[in-house]
Amino acid sequence: MTDLPGSPPQSTLRGWLEAPGATSPGQARAQAAWRSWQRLVANKAALAGLIVLLALIFLAVFGPALTPYDPMAQNLSERLLPPSGAHPFGTDDLGRDIMTRILYGARITLMMAALVAVIAGPIGLIVGATAGYLGGWTDIVAMRVVDIFLSFPSLILALAFVAALGPGIENAVIAIALSAWPPIARLARAEALTVRKSDYIAAARIQGASRFRLILRHVMPVCLPSVVIRITLNMAGIILTAAGLGFLGLGAQPPSPEWGAMLASGRQFMLTSWWLAAIPGAAIMVVSLAFNLLGDGLRDVLDPRDD
Amino acid sequence: MAVTDTAAPDRETDSDTAARWVSLAGVVFRTVLSVAVTILGLLALTFFIGRLLPLDPVLAILGDDASQEAYDRMYVSLGLDQPLWRQFLTYIVNSLTFDFGTSLTSGRPVTEDILRVFPATLELATVAMILGTGLGIPLGVTAAANRDTWIDQTVRVVSLIGYSAPIFWLGLLGLTVFYAGLGWVGAPGRIDIVYQYDLQPVTGLYLVDSLLAGRWDIFQDVFSRIVLPASILAYGAMAYIARMTRSFMLEQFGQEYITAARAKGATRRQVIWSHAFPNIAVQLVTVVALSYAFLLEGAVLTETVFAWPGFGRYLTTALLRADMNAVLGCTLIVGLIFIALNLASDIFYRVFDPRTR
Repeated sequence: MTDLPGSPPQSTLRGWLEAPGATSPGQARAQAAWRSWQRLVANKAALAGLIVLLALIFLAVFGPALTPYDPMAQNLSERLLPPSGAHPFGTDDLGRDIMTRILYGARITLMMAALVAVIAGPIGLIVGATAGYLGGWTDIVAMRVVDIFLSFPSLILALAFVAALGPGIENAVIAIALSAWPPIARLARAEALTVRKSDYIAAARIQGASRFRLILRHVMPVCLPSVVIRITLNMAGIILTAAGLGFLGLGAQPPSPEWGAMLASGRQFMLTSWWLAAIPGAAIMVVSLAFNLLGDGLRDVLDPRDD
Repeated sequence: MAVTDTAAPDRETDSDTAARWVSLAGVVFRTVLSVAVTILGLLALTFFIGRLLPLDPVLAILGDDASQEAYDRMYVSLGLDQPLWRQFLTYIVNSLTFDFGTSLTSGRPVTEDILRVFPATLELATVAMILGTGLGIPLGVTAAANRDTWIDQTVRVVSLIGYSAPIFWLGLLGLTVFYAGLGWVGAPGRIDIVYQYDLQPVTGLYLVDSLLAGRWDIFQDVFSRIVLPASILAYGAMAYIARMTRSFMLEQFGQEYITAARAKGATRRQVIWSHAFPNIAVQLVTVVALSYAFLLEGAVLTETVFAWPGFGRYLTTALLRADMNAVLGCTLIVGLIFIALNLASDIFYRVFDPRTR
């Protein structure tokens, strides 16, 4: 550990992260992550997206403590009140506080998005990594299946699945996940193809690693970062699809405070009490915009070819 | 570009031509095969979705209190007593002849229903496409030409909002502001009920039909109603087209022939429109074809908001009533349109872009 002259001391965490050379693989990895992080934060739009999302997560977790109202309790004497001090976003046709419902709805939206990511991500990763590594017929068949799924717009495919499974929030999640995995699989395959002939894979194979182990321990970790980024990029689309299903009455059902469903039930009051539909829609847009900004920033950071 | 084209001119011989034809035949064969496999997969997927159905298809038709005898008869007549592979085969044959069965809600063949509602969506999507392309390409080019200035940032923000805003919400806001508030556009719906039976359908596209009939009043009514849903739908397409145009243009601006053109004294306008733009035209066609396909997706939500009697509303109505024949028929049609548009842009690419040869 010899510090070069003029370099910051390695004793502080920052110094360790910004040292001109790395002394351990761990440090090298941490330094690479740190550099990416700094590039991301330097991108103001991405930073804004990140802040909005963190705020949203905070509100989703602590929302119930921040509001005196119940998202479901009806209070007909206070119905259709315009935004005011007591009800910042007004009340709906059953006298429920809209801000409270938006806060609870944030939980539903984030939960749905997270579940879709947790289901679609691994499916895409496993299919893509296996197809890319094994090649041959496995690859041809898997990529054909991916092509077939991709020949539908994702909303249409999700609609068809929901029609078959029946409306409801769980089925909406399954339907969206089933339409969200193919692009991830295609990406993971492309990543797997770049490493399948590499020396470290050959070395592991010579040591007697099974195919299963090779894919799981040596191919999939390589595909993981781009899969995670891809999911972040797709998150805005996933949220819009979920809201669309809710709006059509095929996702979360009233009285659930899901934003799409709230918008649909507020629709008939649009001309007299605009806030019923306008506010849930604005909430959907803010979240989807935040994911788009963050995703854009991530892409710029990790794929600097554009520069 | 004459400046960069320093390679010796190819002298075409007969054997070259023959080789090119053989390779072209190979490409055609592979494309046909791949399209056939994709369509087969599409059918397998919709068949599988139909099988997932927790509803009993017999009860869906007959209602819950059907007698056992009637149930059995319907069970056999729907072919549900046949082995699965047999049912699948029947399904393939029926679908390839565009027989998607009878809609449970309208009582008519699904194909007939789709043909009836499709022109409404086609008209909406086409107007949206014209708007989206007409605005998206100039915006993208301008953004690229003024990279990192406030113009570029504005285009970026406008297109990000286009990506992020739920289309049904924009539709509702648009109706509230421009129809209810300002009265600038017509009511929801495709045509005034007064004119509904006045207009002889020729193409099914009311804008065209009313002009063909020489009915300026009907044209005005139809136009005032289509302009808002089409603009809302066009917004998403515009965002996508502008963004792709910008990145294609930036790619061209980075190349040496642009520097060469600048060095020889070409004006800024010439460099952008006569040097760079023709090189991205073919790529843009692919983007436009793809966004046309995605307009179908947007149409499903837009039509619900604007009471537009098109394909999307037919599909959502069928969905809410668990009318599976109609849902799967619509899904298949969308899939086929997607494949067709992809194939068309692929062929276009090959024919018009010499770099792919």
